[in-house]
Amino acid sequence: MQRRLVSGLLLAPAGVWFAVMLVLPLCFVLVFSLGERGAAGGYVPAFTLEQYANLPARGQAFLNTLILAPMGTLLALVIAYPLAYFLALEVGPKWRTTLLILVIVPFWTSILIRSYAWIFILGGQGLPALLEWMGFGAPRLINTRFAVLTGIVYGYLPLMVLPIYVSLERLDKRLLEASADLGAPPFRSFLQVVLPLSLPGVATGCMLVFILLMGEFLIPAMLGGGKVFFIGNALVDLFLQSRNWAFGAAVAVTLVAIMLVTVTFYLVLMRRLGGTRGNVELI
Amino acid sequence: MKDTIDHISRRRFMEELRRYQKGSVTRRHFLGVTGLGAATAVLGAAMPGLLPRKAFAQGSIGDRVVLATWPNYHDAANFDAFTAATGAAVQVNVFGSNEEMLAKLQAGGSGWDVFVPTNYAISTYVDQDLIEPLDLALLPNYDAASFDPRFADPGTVGGKLYAVPKNWGTTGFAVNTSRTGGTTPTTWKEFWDLTQTTFSGRTMVHDYQLTTIGNALKYFGFSFNSVDPAELAKAEELLLAAKPHLFAINSDYQPSMRSGDAWMTICWTGDGKQLNRDMPEIVYVLGKEGGELWSDFYAVPKSAPHRAAAYALIDFLLKPEVNAVEALFHGYPVPDSRVSALLPAEVLADPILYPAADLLNALEFGAAVTLTDPNRAELMARFKSA
Repeated sequence: MQRRLVSGLLLAPAGVWFAVMLVLPLCFVLVFSLGERGAAGGYVPAFTLEQYANLPARGQAFLNTLILAPMGTLLALVIAYPLAYFLALEVGPKWRTTLLILVIVPFWTSILIRSYAWIFILGGQGLPALLEWMGFGAPRLINTRFAVLTGIVYGYLPLMVLPIYVSLERLDKRLLEASADLGAPPFRSFLQVVLPLSLPGVATGCMLVFILLMGEFLIPAMLGGGKVFFIGNALVDLFLQSRNWAFGAAVAVTLVAIMLVTVTFYLVLMRRLGGTRGNVELI
Repeated sequence: MKDTIDHISRRRFMEELRRYQKGSVTRRHFLGVTGLGAATAVLGAAMPGLLPRKAFAQGSIGDRVVLATWPNYHDAANFDAFTAATGAAVQVNVFGSNEEMLAKLQAGGSGWDVFVPTNYAISTYVDQDLIEPLDLALLPNYDAASFDPRFADPGTVGGKLYAVPKNWGTTGFAVNTSRTGGTTPTTWKEFWDLTQTTFSGRTMVHDYQLTTIGNALKYFGFSFNSVDPAELAKAEELLLAAKPHLFAINSDYQPSMRSGDAWMTICWTGDGKQLNRDMPEIVYVLGKEGGELWSDFYAVPKSAPHRAAAYALIDFLLKPEVNAVEALFHGYPVPDSRVSALLPAEVLADPILYPAADLLNALEFGAAVTLTDPNRAELMARFKSA
């Protein structure tokens, strides 16, 4: 009884926090999404599904996000995995801490400032000028999907590296020896031992990056020159420019619904794949 | 209009300002000799609440005043002088659009004491019961007769004065003439045609439906303020055709114009002036078909937490000597003849700031409905997401 009281008390702050900062605002958003826009903007109470019927008006923004967010996640994974592998299994303890700190250092500066730096790097006098000097012509880089993807992968790479690193670092090295003793060539050991065991880290990293990317608006606005329109940008415009709170709320609810479905699907998939991991542990 | 005023001549004022800007004299000397210091003292005498800090025990205006305004729109030296005289520090919040300001005030809890709405937004604020009629007894420096009625009138709604004029300006376009082969485009038609041909990938438009849609409407000779569905459909067609050729949709166009990434952009007076001053090959053009004429105002939200300080700040900024320093800093024209009397002749003769009458007469003020029309907002969203 006392134990339950103590744990109840300890959980109370988190519970209150979630209730006030998450559940309550979500309820507001849900109610707003059934309302109408006032003549001069804002929200007028109503009970209508009109806003949801209007969702196709933001179809392109949803589509952009649903293409670029998974692409960004995948690219980050492809770049982060070898890096995490190198950090966890190849580098000696002497250098490991230094290199890990270097992965985290960019977080010490605001993403806004770092995006400005990318504007100059990808702008006409940056990388394109260098490429032209080298004789490759001067491609347009800034304000393209390529620039947005670059910014996204750059910005979220540490969030992908760290969970994968942690799962690889915990890996029991004797399993690799065992695999080699049983005659598996290194690549097969990687496929059958290392990769399955690092899947939880991969899953966490992908989830973190994907969820944040779905709500991203800053990088597309800055590196896409306002021409690459994410659903996050649509939300910012709906609330701050056209002040259509009702439609904005409906778009937000839809985004949450899409996330719930994709994340659930993803978790189920990961649990299936996780079965392999159980087998490895049995060995 | 007279060339000299009571305590300092126009020329002397400019000389002192230049000396101060070059760092030859201290801020204290500048404030003293130009009367800016005295201005704040006069202000103090006029309002018991503004007496030096010791006298604040009664009727204090508080220790701060919150101002919501546009980027690069004030000289920080003026705020320092205000704080020195009243003890109230000026907190500045910078915004990008009237919509954004309206959204913040509609949502409540903005905490602003003074803000800077544009002409077409004021009636909406009045309709929404968000701003109060100004108490002119608290604004002794406001002299209605010295303001150009063309720019001051939108501050009066239903016979009541809700806002006093700050600056006015135009919306045209800036073009880098080193890229046009010596000719300078003069119309919005050329702006959009160039964008889709030789300037492909080099043009910027505002991330602001009012000006971007308005100047697309001008291509066809329609009103800048049109909300007619058929006319908007034509504008949308043009915008969608031009979009693949745009460098960016962004109201922060100075960096890209300066770096040479962009060659042409929809542009406001002050930015046009600043670009032209530093890079003479960039010229500011008012489309012959017309376009936008605007004026900005000071207004006090009903929810202002520091009401006395709000009036004190507006009154201080309306003082001609103070306002002249502001104008020289940001490069936008002031509709107050008392301020014009203090500005150097070359500023008053500048065609970017004070365009020729025939160009000016073709311009339209933005209308309230242009700002709030849901169809224009949706058109802009379709244009951006296309």
